Amino acid sequence: MPNITEKQFELLEKLCNASAVSGDEGEVRKIILEEVKPHADTVKVDALGNVLVTKNGSGEKRVKVMLDCHMDEVGFMLVSDEGDGLYRFELVGGIDVRQLPGKQVLVGKDKIPGVIGARPIHLTTTEERRKKIPLDSLRIDIGPAGKAKPGDRATFATRFKRVGPSIMAKAIDNRLGCVILIDLLKTAPANVDLCLSFSVQEEIGLRGAKVAAFHFAPDMAIAIDATPANDLPLHEGGENTFYNTKLGGGPAIYTFDAGTLNDPRLIRFLAQTGDEAKIPYQFRQPGGGGTDAGAIHRSRSGVPTVSVSVPHRYTHSAISLARVDDWDNTLALISAALKRITPELLQTDRP
Amino acid sequence: MKQLLQKLTETFSPSGYEAAIREVIRAEVEPLADEIRVDALGNLIVRKGPSTGSEQAKKIMVAAHMDEIGLIASHIDENGFIRFTTIGGVYPQMLMGARVRFYNGIPGILYTEPLDAPTDTPSIEKMFIDVGAKSRADCPIKIGEVAAFERPFLDLGDRLVAKSMDDRIGCLVAIEALRALKSTPNEVYFVFTTQEEVGTRGAETSAFGLDPDLGFSLDVTGWGDTPGRKHFDIALGKGPAIKIKDGGMLSDPRIIQWMVKTAEANGIPYQREVLLGGTTDARAMQLVRAGVPVGCISIPCRYVHSPSEMVDYNDVQNAVKLTVALLENSVEL
Repeated sequence: MPNITEKQFELLEKLCNASAVSGDEGEVRKIILEEVKPHADTVKVDALGNVLVTKNGSGEKRVKVMLDCHMDEVGFMLVSDEGDGLYRFELVGGIDVRQLPGKQVLVGKDKIPGVIGARPIHLTTTEERRKKIPLDSLRIDIGPAGKAKPGDRATFATRFKRVGPSIMAKAIDNRLGCVILIDLLKTAPANVDLCLSFSVQEEIGLRGAKVAAFHFAPDMAIAIDATPANDLPLHEGGENTFYNTKLGGGPAIYTFDAGTLNDPRLIRFLAQTGDEAKIPYQFRQPGGGGTDAGAIHRSRSGVPTVSVSVPHRYTHSAISLARVDDWDNTLALISAALKRITPELLQTDRP
Repeated sequence: MKQLLQKLTETFSPSGYEAAIREVIRAEVEPLADEIRVDALGNLIVRKGPSTGSEQAKKIMVAAHMDEIGLIASHIDENGFIRFTTIGGVYPQMLMGARVRFYNGIPGILYTEPLDAPTDTPSIEKMFIDVGAKSRADCPIKIGEVAAFERPFLDLGDRLVAKSMDDRIGCLVAIEALRALKSTPNEVYFVFTTQEEVGTRGAETSAFGLDPDLGFSLDVTGWGDTPGRKHFDIALGKGPAIKIKDGGMLSDPRIIQWMVKTAEANGIPYQREVLLGGTTDARAMQLVRAGVPVGCISIPCRYVHSPSEMVDYNDVQNAVKLTVALLENSVEL
């Protein structure tokens, strides 16, 4: 059984159940501020709402390493009140509209329960049921007693669960990254100066990380995120060649996505660390998507950057599923890597 | 010059993996430079001229990108076939039967799963690379390894053909201009940039670091002089093109004037370029920090992003002359 403690599970549960749709990260920020303050040298909240934390080492010739995770999650924003507790809404971040009918949501800071309804099967035709229900015909229904207003955010209402070796929750992307970053701060090694950004607004365009990287001007950076595992068997049989990552395969090291060609020195360094410390890892399949690395590596005169993500199924839906050992191994890999960082790592030119 | 172009275009360096081409360029420019360095993203930065500018001496950035479009392995199947995705603007119709070479030297060929109709264009998802492996264990390529088109350089006299003419031809112009530039009152930085094909990323960070007073890029542009091409007034052999605009940038009118006047004063033929789509490193340079006046000298190039890109040798030589003429005197915008 992995080394994840009850306290870590409790913290992840609290973070996953909190609401923090992009631009409204206050609830998660508050939990993180409480967790990091006892362990940090400095803590500040910047103009966009990023939590910026430093923890200096004590050795000679220390590398300044930025660690990033985003606090925000995908969700909804109410855009008009149509009376009787019905609200038209927009998506915040990438959500597949086909997955919405029938889902429970929580609206606003008071977490008013609501439902995204759809016409019952009794009253639809076969032809109608073949078609996707468009977003503009969906409503969030909180009933006439509910209090909400346009501009309020809503999240999926899913509550955190542990099921054997798995966890199921909303917003595993990227509260798992947040928990990992907090643990890395608590065990910060002396050979590096850590600067941590718990970033806002990743899901709508890496906006928080962009300003956080400018603020820190680090020597190198690691973005820690959660990435889809589309590793289920193909219904038509044959080999699944487009899985992105595999559940249980360990932390996913990035080589190439839509935003970043990850630094080959750091890719090699993480793989070597995994090999030598006997920590399983996998390479995320190159392709689309992206992480905060896309903004960080382009900051100022450029920052050598790599992304590492925890694989999980059903990303950006009402409920995602991750394995506890992938969480554990991601923490172990980055933790082992931080201890091994020396200035020599970046002394050779990028290959 | 043709020999060097052959060497430059036959080197494999897709975006993000520019060390191989950087070493070829470094060997050429090292004896000519007053200062040379490589930055965090792998840009090769070469200074010519005084390092501290006076009132008259401007800090000028000249960018040519070293990277080329390519492929990256995304999965090795149980029979040793490699699935892949693309780096930069690779057209699927260019890939059927193409040969590629991985960064580690391994060659491979491309084919597709059976198509519904033989005339269909295969999608990248249906295609695979065959490196002669018989199983996953036998395959010498791992996920995340990169490849580029394999195609030898072709000398047709005035017309020269190669893969990665975009933008090794810009690199060649920069190298030859540096060679011909005996002295300059300006603080000139030739930057051989990385990751242009995935979004002008190397130019963005190197321009931030240099903080230039002005600059221009050296890159290829499209063509209008082959059958069926319309509404683009650029032809091979009529001179380098002075960019007025492209899909991502409006050249600074003062830079356009400077280029036009310099070309006319030196009897160098030129064309005026209005490109609707696409952009160059100049876009990233223009938007850095508080903004920079920029332009671009384009080398007309047929069949861009195919394995056989064609330029005219006279255009290349005239681009070198224009670049030298621009840099050898003080600049007043």
